[in-house]
Amino acid sequence: MNEHFLRLWPVQGSDYAVSVDWLVIGFTGMMALFVVPVFVALWMFIWRYRRGREANRDHRAQSNLPIELAWIILPFIGSLVIFLFSARLFFFARTPPADALEIQVTARQWMWKFQHQGGQREINTLHVPARRPVKLTMISEDVIHSLFFPSLRIKQDVLPQRYSMLWFQAEHSGTYQVYCAEYCGTDHAAMLARLVVLDPGDYQHWLQDNGSAADLISQGETLYRQYGCGSCHDSGNAPPLAGVFNRTVRLADGGQVVADDAYLRDSIVLPQKHLVTGYLPIMPTYSNLLDEEAVQRLVAYLRSLPATASGDPK
Amino acid sequence: MSAPSYLHQQGLLSWFLTLDHKRIAVLYMVTVTFFFFAGGLAATLIRIELVTPQGDLLTADGYNRAFTLHGVIMVWFFLIPSIPSVFGNFLVPIMIGARDMAFPRLNLFSWYLLLGGGLFTLLALLLGGVDTGWTFYTPLSTMFSNGHVVAVICGVFIAGFSSIFTGINIIVTVHTLRAPGMTWMRLPLFIWAIYATSIILVLATPVLAITLLLVAAEHLFNVGVFDPRLGGDPLLFQHLFWFYSHPAVYIMILPAMGVVSELITAAGHKRIFGYRFVAWSSVAIAVIGFLVWGHHMFVAGQSMYASLVFSLLSFLVSIPSAIKAYNWSATLYKSDLTLHAPFLFALTFIGLFIIGGVTGLFLALLAADLHAHDTYFVVAHFHYIMVGAAVAGYFGALHFWWPKITGRLYSQLWGKITAVLVFCGFNLTFFPQFLLGYLGMPRRYHAYDPDFQFLNVLSSAGASILALAYVLPFFYLLGSLRWGERAPMNPWEAAGLEWRVPSPPPLHNFEEPVTVDFEAYDYSPEARRDPV
Ligand code: HEC
Ligand code: HEM
Ligand SMILES: [Cu+2]
Ligand SMILES: [Cu+2]
Repeated sequence: MNEHFLRLWPVQGSDYAVSVDWLVIGFTGMMALFVVPVFVALWMFIWRYRRGREANRDHRAQSNLPIELAWIILPFIGSLVIFLFSARLFFFARTPPADALEIQVTARQWMWKFQHQGGQREINTLHVPARRPVKLTMISEDVIHSLFFPSLRIKQDVLPQRYSMLWFQAEHSGTYQVYCAEYCGTDHAAMLARLVVLDPGDYQHWLQDNGSAADLISQGETLYRQYGCGSCHDSGNAPPLAGVFNRTVRLADGGQVVADDAYLRDSIVLPQKHLVTGYLPIMPTYSNLLDEEAVQRLVAYLRSLPATASGDPK
Repeated sequence: MSAPSYLHQQGLLSWFLTLDHKRIAVLYMVTVTFFFFAGGLAATLIRIELVTPQGDLLTADGYNRAFTLHGVIMVWFFLIPSIPSVFGNFLVPIMIGARDMAFPRLNLFSWYLLLGGGLFTLLALLLGGVDTGWTFYTPLSTMFSNGHVVAVICGVFIAGFSSIFTGINIIVTVHTLRAPGMTWMRLPLFIWAIYATSIILVLATPVLAITLLLVAAEHLFNVGVFDPRLGGDPLLFQHLFWFYSHPAVYIMILPAMGVVSELITAAGHKRIFGYRFVAWSSVAIAVIGFLVWGHHMFVAGQSMYASLVFSLLSFLVSIPSAIKAYNWSATLYKSDLTLHAPFLFALTFIGLFIIGGVTGLFLALLAADLHAHDTYFVVAHFHYIMVGAAVAGYFGALHFWWPKITGRLYSQLWGKITAVLVFCGFNLTFFPQFLLGYLGMPRRYHAYDPDFQFLNVLSSAGASILALAYVLPFFYLLGSLRWGERAPMNPWEAAGLEWRVPSPPPLHNFEEPVTVDFEAYDYSPEARRDPV
């Protein structure tokens, strides 16, 4: 037996977690207000009106419109107020700040892989700085998983072939348990990870100690050269990629899309999905050559390319 | 008394070829009892495994197969057919003053479908099992699962037609076979609930059937529907699945609500408070229930605005349920209450249903669901409703109409003991799971953090009480067939046509065609209780 033997409330790892807890407590209070009277009334009536007990049973009502309306409308209004609070929190939880630190997550049966901007890679452990927003861009290589941080009160499903996003700001340094919450096959229960929150100084040290020779962008650049992307993209046979990130792209089918992470990824893995207008569909798919982590590095590289006058990347 | 009872004829064939709705109801009763115990066996394995944090009794694969078997059997072969097929069949014609269902042959055929589908599924589950969970999420089920997915899907598909046919049968019966004078506003509330349920059965089940066929097609022929690598959309499956499965949860609970309306009025000897509100709330649930499926997908990757709308609609769908709970309580005011066993089951239902419904609202609360989704909190929520409340409703019905069905009285004392044990055992089993879920224990884990052990042990301890409570009626009810006193026509002094025919009823229910000139729940002193 240890001090964890009977823990009844999860640790609060972020301000957001504290707000969620208050929401839940407040809602519990309000529900008690609507439910306890029902239980009390039930017991009272059972006691008072059990057969054989003298009681006034005259003028039995069959229905009463004002009462019916009252117990429909009052609880509803009460719940609506709480709904609005919760919607605000939800909105906050779904809108990452622009300056968030970006980390790439790849899930597969049954492990979590993380890539930092500096090129650091880890498996089943995630180091992040305290008191700084962190944004995770996540994708799965097989089935649906879900990254769940109980101490932060958030989770998000991780889908195959589609980026999903999660952000948080952890307040206190420490180590926290992370789970896979979406059932994903045999070893679902073993698909665990640790979240290590470091004070900003310690985090810098950690980055340095674990730094690789090249950061994510230059790793991506290497891949760009290795896989001959330039043979088309720097030759005029294909759209120039400088400044492609966040560009509005006109498509062959007449539509338009903004070139975000998901678009860049799809262009590499599923080139047929969006065809840029004015070009032939000659781009090969790289889905068999590159795994999701390599694609993330390429995307990081493409995002880093500034728009140049000539349109050619270096 | 002249006409022989429906149980008079002897011999197996007289059962397997029967077209009598009452006999078919009994066939269903035997069948769903069998599946209830089969599913219960898997639950026992699960709860024993979870006593310790390590995976020791079962392997990971074994555990995954156990909870899949449990879910599939309980949902499709016990809960969905339980009240509609057993009590719907037995009571709908009698309560509306008809001789039988509209389509007696289709009725028997529906039973064979359920039995066939069930045995097929059970066989597949036993031969190798499936490890997808009852939710069959893609692409796990289509491309990565190594079990007998297609076989199980076929079983569920077949049983789905049993649901559809039963639904059609009930709808047509209620529309066309009501006795003269039996207007809609004179129908017992059980009929309203079963009618609303049937509408859901008929509208939602085909969606499930199509979805399952698509899963099978993708699994067998690599047709890209759900798997994104084949050009499909993995969320499409979840949308289709929950478009069926959220309404399906109301298939499981609406009939039990109908039962409780009967039990409360019969125990209180008083007309229900707010008949119209209770009646129309069943219909409201059936309709709004189709619009909230997205609350299962708040973290699945659906758009933020979709989530907001689904959250709001989920608050709306709880209103008609709340209406019922308030009206049941108000019915007891100035009642003349006999505390017999069926009434205790009704109380158990109300208690568990309220807790289950309120925690559903926590899950509909977006920010709370980001945390609670796919944890034990969800497990506790839906067990409170689908198991706690729905089974209490089923047991309540069983104890209430048993004298009518069999013509025998059972021990009231044992009935009351069981009701109390169900309530206590249930809360001990599932209340700790709310705490576990909020602490962060994900569902479908066979090995877990030692931090969670204490609450898991509590839960398993409660489960053993609950198991005892669920098995007890099997003994004293069956015992009553041999040793029980003969039941009078109306043992509860209740209103309703079924209490004005003999126990057990004659083959064609009524010797003369009935005409209805009284309201439902007529407990006024002048009310007639003589045989019709
Ligand atoms: C055989 C020539 C060829 C090669 C090699 C090639 N591409 Fe392309 N790529 C194209 C063409 C043509 C298009 C425009 C038509 C389309 O959208 O498919 C394109 C489109 C793109 C786009 C969308 C550009 C926009 O403006 O919207 C991106 C991003 C991209 N490629 C990245 C890459 C990367 C990264 C590589 C290397 C791994 C690569 N391509 C290799 C021919 C090629
Ligand atoms: C008061 C109305 C109800 C509301 C607002 C409600 C809300 C919810 C929500 C939001 C979820 C999704 C939770 C999640 O996955 O994170 C959920 C799950 C569930 N609910 Fe309810 N619910 C209600 C009533 C019911 C009823 C009546 C039943 C059954 C009879 C039921 C059965 C279920 C089931 C089976 C699940 C989970 C299914 C799964 O993931 O396997 N609910 N409920
Ligand atoms: Cu998992
Ligand atoms: Cu639902």
